[in-house]
Amino acid sequence: MIEARQLTKVFRDRKRGEIRAVDALSLCCPPGRIYGLLGANGAGKTTALRLLATLLRPTSGTAAVAGCEVTAAPERVRTQVGFLAASTALYGRLTAREMVAYFGRLHGLTEAELAVRLQGLADELEMHEFLDRRCDKRSTGIKQKTPIARTLIHDPAVMIFDEPTLGLDVMAARAIVQFVRRCRDRGKTVIYSTHVMSEAEKLCDTVGIIHNGRLVAEGTLDELRLRFSERDLEEIFVKAVGGETERHAA
Amino acid sequence: MHLLWRNTLTIFAKELRDSLRDRRTLISMIVVPTLVIPLIMIAAGAVMTKVMRKAQAEASPIAIIGGAEAPAVAAELRADARFQIVETTDYRKEIADKRLRAAVELPPGFAAALARGEPTTVILYHYETELRSGMGVGALEEFFRKLRERTVEQRLTAQGLPAALVKPFAVKRENVAPPERVGGNVVGGMIPYIIILLCFTGAMYPAMDLTAGEKERGTMETLLCSPVPRTAIVLGKFLTVLAASLASMLCSLLSMSVSFVLGAHLLLGAGAGAPHGMVVPVISLAGAAGVFVLIVPVAVLFSALLLAISLLAKSMKEAQSYVSPLVVVIILPAMMGMLPGVELNAKLALVPVLNLSLACKEMLSGVWHWSYLALIFGSTTVYAGAALAGAVALFRREAVLFRS
Repeated sequence: MIEARQLTKVFRDRKRGEIRAVDALSLCCPPGRIYGLLGANGAGKTTALRLLATLLRPTSGTAAVAGCEVTAAPERVRTQVGFLAASTALYGRLTAREMVAYFGRLHGLTEAELAVRLQGLADELEMHEFLDRRCDKRSTGIKQKTPIARTLIHDPAVMIFDEPTLGLDVMAARAIVQFVRRCRDRGKTVIYSTHVMSEAEKLCDTVGIIHNGRLVAEGTLDELRLRFSERDLEEIFVKAVGGETERHAA
Repeated sequence: MHLLWRNTLTIFAKELRDSLRDRRTLISMIVVPTLVIPLIMIAAGAVMTKVMRKAQAEASPIAIIGGAEAPAVAAELRADARFQIVETTDYRKEIADKRLRAAVELPPGFAAALARGEPTTVILYHYETELRSGMGVGALEEFFRKLRERTVEQRLTAQGLPAALVKPFAVKRENVAPPERVGGNVVGGMIPYIIILLCFTGAMYPAMDLTAGEKERGTMETLLCSPVPRTAIVLGKFLTVLAASLASMLCSLLSMSVSFVLGAHLLLGAGAGAPHGMVVPVISLAGAAGVFVLIVPVAVLFSALLLAISLLAKSMKEAQSYVSPLVVVIILPAMMGMLPGVELNAKLALVPVLNLSLACKEMLSGVWHWSYLALIFGSTTVYAGAALAGAVALFRREAVLFRS
């Protein structure tokens, strides 16, 4: 379960002054569902998800992630969260096994627990073939599956995906999308940010449209279609953010 | 607390393994200090000894001006194996061009003046600060001193007086400095300088790689997703940088000791004898151990400082531009310790790096000023602690971690 209440993040920039990257964001995402955060580049998706994953501290407001407050117990929140982003890279000089085991240990797993979890994940993700190969090797398998195993090693209740398919080829992106669905099917709470409409349409149970740090529309796909009298998510999105002229200006 | 250390060690173990797989870290940590630096030192030493020996063995090319004024003296100079007489008119230019080491000008009527017992002056021309010229003019001075002594003796004998009349007593120098003191002064200035530099450069690459490098590669964000407290992350990374710095310094200390002993044997040993004026220096082992103890807090200071500074950068390139100028800041006080006359005192014991450089010189030559050593260790520990606290504080600032 993720519950954000008036979550706000203000950055101070010497040139541009005060920037409200996330502005009074409130949202609720129950377990077993995928919440899609849809927004253009710079809309505040990454900042919002980093706040939920406690990589950043909110300026005001708060959020409860798997029952822990992000402001009061960020380290406990992180034990419950699996965070996967296009920007979360692998250690190239470690093998896939070392990479996953390292994060298992950082999550406090004992060596015995680690061995069991690692075996299970390697079976499930079919990783045995390249488990002892270095992450910087040119193997698509390693690059697709090691980050997934890394986020799952501690069996988190909440999964946060920040544009995880950005820059990936079709097959790698498909692997990620399938993995996201599997997380939902297992009853995990999933929040997924993207600016690709088709991905949001395929994956998300609830869609929140974020613009200039504010949540401008929220609902299931059907609810949004009804509210904006549009069939296509892209058209809905453009209407929600205030039309094309406003988007270009922003 | 127990959990913090467990996490710190997990991070340290991983960073160490990661670093040891990185060729660039290995080169800066092990290859350069163990092989490159001693090789350069041995090669430079070998060339220097060879040049010195050759310069000493060679007859000094000199010119005699006014040789006709004293044919007997000129003939004696020609007969002396130390000199090779060159005929020239423009001796000043020849000396300046280093074709001549020195020239001697015998004044008009030199032989006659000597015979009459009139005072006269012999002028020696040389090129100040030029090593070979110094050797040539030194040999000439000795030649004329002996000639003068002989003349005095002849005059005394002619008057029927004993030679001891002008030499009522003899003066003799004797060295009381033990060999390691000589060693301490000869190499004591050099070694701390090299160790301080290696301690710094050994930490430089890993410090940048583990902070700015991680940000650039995107692994920092991955690491920050883990529930490990930020302090444990900094400490784990800091320990890795410190290990690299100490390893680099230890490698250099060991390999320098070995190459020093070997080099001394190869260059000066085997019956060839030390070139004139050179002493075979010995380094005290206790001194070397003292250097190691004292350099630990300096290594901590360097590691924490480098970690904090490179953390501010968002790419390796940026980190390099911050860190490279620091080398000069480190070198200056280290070099000041090599200057003659700069001695350790209570005030200088508080100046980081310079204090170590001075203390090393003393310890390697067997002098132990315990109160200063304690002051140096204490003050450097305080600076190191402050730098580490600074690095931890920086690591808690999200503006630093997520700079874009």
